[in-house]
Amino acid sequence: MLGRLRHMLIKEFIQVLRDKRTRFVLIVPPILQMLIFGYAATLEIKHVPTAIVDYDNTQVSRDLISRFAASNYFEVRHIPADRRQIPLLIDRGDVILTIQINDGFARLLGKGETAPIQVIVDASNSNSALIGLGYVNQVAAKFAQEFQTARLQRSGATPLSSIPRIVLDQRPWYNVDISDRWFFIPGVIGNLIMVIVMNLTAFSVVREREIGTLEQIMVTPIRRVEFILGKTVPFFLVGLFDAILVSVFGTLWFGVPLRGSIGVLALGTILFLMCVLAIGLFISTVSRTQQQAMVTAFFFIMPAILFSGFGSPISSMPESMQWLTYLNPLRYFQEVLRSVYLKGGGLAALWQEMAAMGLLSIIMLAISVLRFQKSLD
Amino acid sequence: MRLHRLAAIATKEVLQIVRDVRSVAIVVAMPIAMMLAFGYGISLDVKHLPVYVFDREGSQQSQDLLKQFRASEYFDVKKAVDNYPALIRALDNGACKLAIVVPHDFSLRLNAGGPVSIQALIDATDSNTANIALAYSQAVIQTYSQRLQVDWVQRHGQRKIRPPISVEARTWFNESLESMVNIVPGVVVIVMAVIGVFLTALTIAREWERGTMEQLISTPVTELELMLGKLAPYFVIGMLDTCLCVGFGILWFGVPFRGSWSIFFLASALFLIVVLSLGYFFSVVAKSQLAASQISLLATFLPAFLLSGFLFPIDQMPVAVQAVTYIMPARYYMDLIRNVFLKGSPITLLVKELLALAFLSCLLVVVATRIFKKKLT
Repeated sequence: MLGRLRHMLIKEFIQVLRDKRTRFVLIVPPILQMLIFGYAATLEIKHVPTAIVDYDNTQVSRDLISRFAASNYFEVRHIPADRRQIPLLIDRGDVILTIQINDGFARLLGKGETAPIQVIVDASNSNSALIGLGYVNQVAAKFAQEFQTARLQRSGATPLSSIPRIVLDQRPWYNVDISDRWFFIPGVIGNLIMVIVMNLTAFSVVREREIGTLEQIMVTPIRRVEFILGKTVPFFLVGLFDAILVSVFGTLWFGVPLRGSIGVLALGTILFLMCVLAIGLFISTVSRTQQQAMVTAFFFIMPAILFSGFGSPISSMPESMQWLTYLNPLRYFQEVLRSVYLKGGGLAALWQEMAAMGLLSIIMLAISVLRFQKSLD
Repeated sequence: MRLHRLAAIATKEVLQIVRDVRSVAIVVAMPIAMMLAFGYGISLDVKHLPVYVFDREGSQQSQDLLKQFRASEYFDVKKAVDNYPALIRALDNGACKLAIVVPHDFSLRLNAGGPVSIQALIDATDSNTANIALAYSQAVIQTYSQRLQVDWVQRHGQRKIRPPISVEARTWFNESLESMVNIVPGVVVIVMAVIGVFLTALTIAREWERGTMEQLISTPVTELELMLGKLAPYFVIGMLDTCLCVGFGILWFGVPFRGSWSIFFLASALFLIVVLSLGYFFSVVAKSQLAASQISLLATFLPAFLLSGFLFPIDQMPVAVQAVTYIMPARYYMDLIRNVFLKGSPITLLVKELLALAFLSCLLVVVATRIFKKKLT
C-alpha cells in the first residue's frame, strides 16, 4: 500500500510542480497579494481634501480655519470666495468636504450665542465621510472648549478647576497604533490558503477526468483511499508551504508581530487546511469540467471570505447572516490568526474555534469521501 | 475580416455555452449571489458592537453615564462585570470589543470639579471598527459632559451659557451615511470584472487543452475573427448581467440611480470589452485552464477589489501604489459607476474616465490579437 501511495504522491507532486506557470501561481500571487494588502488596504483617512469658505473674515474665524489647516486631518485645497463654487468642487471630486463660516460668526461668539459652522460632505464614500465629519467635530469641540474656558476665566466668578468635565481615556489594545496593516496582514494569510488550496484540489480530479487520464488510473491496482490521499496530501503540503511563506513575509516585511505560539498557529492552520481540502474534494466530485470546478470553487470562496470577518465585523451583519457564519471554517481561522498574531492568544482562548474547525473538517471530509467514492463508480 | 466566419465562430461558442446547463445557470446566479454576498457581507458601519462595562463605583451618577452607552444603537452592552481579570478575559477571547471602566471615585471627583477620566479599552485588532467605536464613545462622553457643565453653571447661578459652536453637517449623495449605498454600486464593478474574465479566461485555454485549437487553426478563420467571434456572445451575456446587477441594486438594496443611462451603458460596454479582452489574453498566454483561471482572478478581481477605490480610497495610498491604479481599468469604471448611481454629474466631468477606458479597451484588443498570432507561429 505504501508503495502505491508513494507513486501516487510522486505523480501528483510532479504534476503540480512541473508546470512553470503553476509554480509561479504558488509563489508570486501570494506575495503580491500580501504587498497590495499591506500597502493599499487602508481605511484610515488622513488629509481629507477640503475647501473652506469664510464669509466672516475676522480674527476669530481665521483662527478657527488655521486650526483646521494645522491639524493633520485636513488638506485645505481650495478657499473659494463664493459658496456657489462648492457643488462643482464636490462634483469634480476635488474635495470631499467643505466648511463654511457665515458672516457674523465672531459676533455671535462674542455675545455668548451659539455660532454655527456649516459642513457639506460628499458621502458617496460613507466611510471617508464619517471619518471626515468626526475630525470636524473634534477640531470644533476643542476650539469651543478653549473658547468657553477662556470666557469663564475672564468672567472671573468661578474657579476654573471646579467645572466638572469627563474625558475619555482611550486605550487601544493589541494594536496600539490602530494600524490597518496589522489588521489585514494576518487575515490575508487565511484567504490565500483558502484560495490556493481549494482551487488546486478542486481542479485536480476534474482535470484527470476531462483529459481522460482518470480512466487510466482507475485500471491500475490503486485503492480508493490511496487515490484520495494522493490527491490531498500534496495540496496539504503546498498549503502549508504557502502558509509559512506568507507568515514569514508578513512578519519580516511588514513587521506584524507574532505574539502567540507557533504551535497554536500551526494547529489552527492544519485544521483549517483539512476543511479546505474536504471542500475542494467535494467540488471536484460535483464538477464535470474545469470551468465548472473553477466557478463552483469561486462560489464557495467568495462568500466564505466576505462572511469571515476578514474585512468587516460579523457583529455588523444582518442577524440571519451572522448565524450562517458559524458554518464557515474561515470565520474560525480568521479568529485564530488575529488572536495568535496580535493578542498572543493560546488554546485557552481559542479552544472553541479549534474544536469548531475540527468538527467541521471531520463532517466535511466524511461527506466528500462518500460522495467521491460514488462519483468514481 | 469576413462576417460569416465571425458569425460561425460565435454560433459555435453559443452552442457550447448553451449545452452546458450549469454555466448558463451560473451566468444568471453569479451576479445576484455576488450582489447579495457583498451587499450584506461588507459593512463598514459599526452597529451593536459588543461592550462590557466595569463600574467600579456603582453610584447613581456612574450608572447614569453608562446608561448613555446602553441607549446608543452603536453599542450593545452585553454584561457588567466587577473585576479587571474578567474584562481582560473577555477582550482576549473576543467576547467584547470595547470595555468601559468607570473609576471608583467617579462621582466624588466629578462633584469636586475638574476633569475625570473614563477608560475605554478597545480591541484594536480590527482597526477600522476600533476607530469608529472610539469616535462614537467620544461623542457619547462629550454630550454627557456638556450636559453636566450646563447643569453645573446653572446651579451656580451664572447666566445660562450656550455651547459656543455647533457643527451643522449636510451629507450629500448619501444622506443617511450608510455604507451599503456606497458599496452596492461598487459591487457592480467587481461582479463585471469577475464575470467577464470567468466567461472568457477558460475558452481558449480549453481549446488548447483539448486539442481543438489545432482544428480551428487549420480553418481559414483569422485571429481577429476568432477573437471577436468568441467574445461576441460573452459580450451580450455580460451586458445582460450588468443590467441584472443594476436592477438588483436599485430594486433590492434601494440604491438611488441619479445619472444618465446612456453614460452608464457606454461605460459598461467599454469596461466589458476591457475585461473580456483581458480574459482572452490570459487564456492565450496560459494555455492551461488552471493557470488561466488563477492568473485572471489575480489580474482582475484583486485590482477591482483593492486598487479601484472600492473600499480603500485611492488618495490615501502610497504614491507608488496610486501610480499603479492609473493602469487599472476598474478604477475608471468605479468612478463612473459611483457617479451615475449617486452623483449624477454631467458627462463633461466624466470625459477623462471614459477616454481612459476607451483607450485601454482598444489597446487590449490589439495586444490580445497580436499575442495570439505570435503563439501560432
